[in-house]
Amino acid sequence: MNRQGLLFAGLSALVAALFLASLLTGPAGIGPGESLAALFRGGDDLLALVMRELRLPRAILGLMVGAALGMAGAVLQGFLRNPLAEPGLIGTSASAALGAVLAIQTGLSAAFPLGLPLAALAGAALSVLLVLMLAGPRGGTLALILAGIAISALAGAATSLVLNLSPNPFAINEIVFWMMGSLADRSMLHVWIAAPFMLLGFALLWPMRPALEALTLGEDAAASSGVHLGRLRLMLVAGIAALIGGATAVAGTVGFVGLVVPHVLRRAVGASPARLVPAAALGGAATVLAADIAVRWLAPGRDLKLGVLTALVGAPFFLHLILKTRREGL
Amino acid sequence: MVRRLGLVAGLLAGLILPGFFQPAAAEPPRRVLSMNLCTDQLAMMLAAPGQLVSVSYLAQDPTASAMADQAARLPVNHGLAEEIFLMRPDLVLAGAWSTPETIRLLKRLEIPVEMFPIETDIAGIRANIRRMGEVLGREAQAQAMLARFDADLARLADAPPGPRPRAALYMANGYSSGRDSLAGQIVDLAGFDNIADELGLPAGGTLALESLLLADPDLLIEGRRYDGHARAQEMLDHPALKALSRGRPAEVISDPDWICGTPFILRAVAGLRDARLALRDAP
Repeated sequence: MNRQGLLFAGLSALVAALFLASLLTGPAGIGPGESLAALFRGGDDLLALVMRELRLPRAILGLMVGAALGMAGAVLQGFLRNPLAEPGLIGTSASAALGAVLAIQTGLSAAFPLGLPLAALAGAALSVLLVLMLAGPRGGTLALILAGIAISALAGAATSLVLNLSPNPFAINEIVFWMMGSLADRSMLHVWIAAPFMLLGFALLWPMRPALEALTLGEDAAASSGVHLGRLRLMLVAGIAALIGGATAVAGTVGFVGLVVPHVLRRAVGASPARLVPAAALGGAATVLAADIAVRWLAPGRDLKLGVLTALVGAPFFLHLILKTRREGL
Repeated sequence: MVRRLGLVAGLLAGLILPGFFQPAAAEPPRRVLSMNLCTDQLAMMLAAPGQLVSVSYLAQDPTASAMADQAARLPVNHGLAEEIFLMRPDLVLAGAWSTPETIRLLKRLEIPVEMFPIETDIAGIRANIRRMGEVLGREAQAQAMLARFDADLARLADAPPGPRPRAALYMANGYSSGRDSLAGQIVDLAGFDNIADELGLPAGGTLALESLLLADPDLLIEGRRYDGHARAQEMLDHPALKALSRGRPAEVISDPDWICGTPFILRAVAGLRDARLALRDAP
């Protein structure tokens, strides 16, 4: 097995192990054997209910949301040829959250369950289009980050406004969830409403890999080797919106995963954007699963938000990247 | 503008004429204003006709107040120092949660303020009733109310000794509370053990949904729903919780009777007691 094969085997094993650990982590403190037996056992006893209706959806969502964030980060960075591009930083997640909050507060999601991810997708798509427009096709670093900050701030403020105006006294607490993300007390329903969108996103972004590879030689070279840039951009917008819309609708905004994971894995895949896409998906899944296990260990019963952990690790990393980018004179 | 001038004038008057608004020692207050939902209700029960001049706006809200009809006949205040001052009270009743800045300002304006602590048990409720009688100069009425309260309580708290059924309080955000809270006391008086006590949350805290499920309570007492959507309330609709409550009795907290330490808590106790008797009679 070559080095790449080893990498993918190792990442897959890590994801599988963390998925299992996520299933076995919870406040109830039940033995691992008993828990897993309850998961596969039929019947309606309470332990089986806990495993099937609480822990399993949580682990599945951790896997899916992480893979979506990692993959979205890798594709955005490849397409824009900018190591600072990430759905959280360029405002995609915040806009998706705004779409989801609007769907919930207007009652759209209650009338029609797919309304929630659809609205999140619409928010995400709008923000990606806006960023591409503002930052230009080449995605200059400064313009990209500034556009992202502006869109994030606007979407965040609008989300807070909508929740502030809700007649429900508890709605205001939700601002934290939409800005920091959490997988606590999700159910299989959330898996079912998010999964189709994420699968669509994977399906749209996966075939972009050869084009991302060609783009490393520059747009002209890519175009002369048969890459249709307009179509590529359309697929990017739709694919990122589907991934981030689906993920944010059920888990809120989890930042920095799409930034850190592709960067950590870039050297291991030999700096190939094509190979980075699946590697970042696996790495993202491992990161979110690990973060979700950590929040349950660190503060049991307090619903510590996922985004708190990812930002604590990711933000210093972001600063490091900025310094590095400056040194390289980009 | 006129109101602002009034406040300024009042501030000056307070500085220049200390003791101006102070009632004579033995004289009961004539213009009492309450700025807390719970003191509102105790005062409405005990005050002499015309003695209470204003209650908080929450007292008129039927989703929070057990005496909304009675409060509808009184002018309301929103706990703001300026509006309270302009109502010229000679006594202000406040709760432990009233804004400290407002209280400080009222005291500087030489308006006497009586603070009532939060009741978390029967002794606290009895103490507040007696104290309300004293500050309003209505001791006899307070005594009569206490006697009635004790008699009603004795009639309701008739759970037989021995093992008791187990109840779980479960509110928005997965909040639960045990014996050190008023809600926990209501559960206890109705003859239930509380799983929040078993799980180490006597004063209240977040109870993970999976801990609730595995605790397997005999009765689920859910928090009330508010209008509009909140994620905090979504968990009350979680399929796992629905599965737990299937074929198992559930009660819904009715806020007006559960929020304040007044004799109305006995209505909540009576409701839960009925649930306990139904559990006993069920096969």
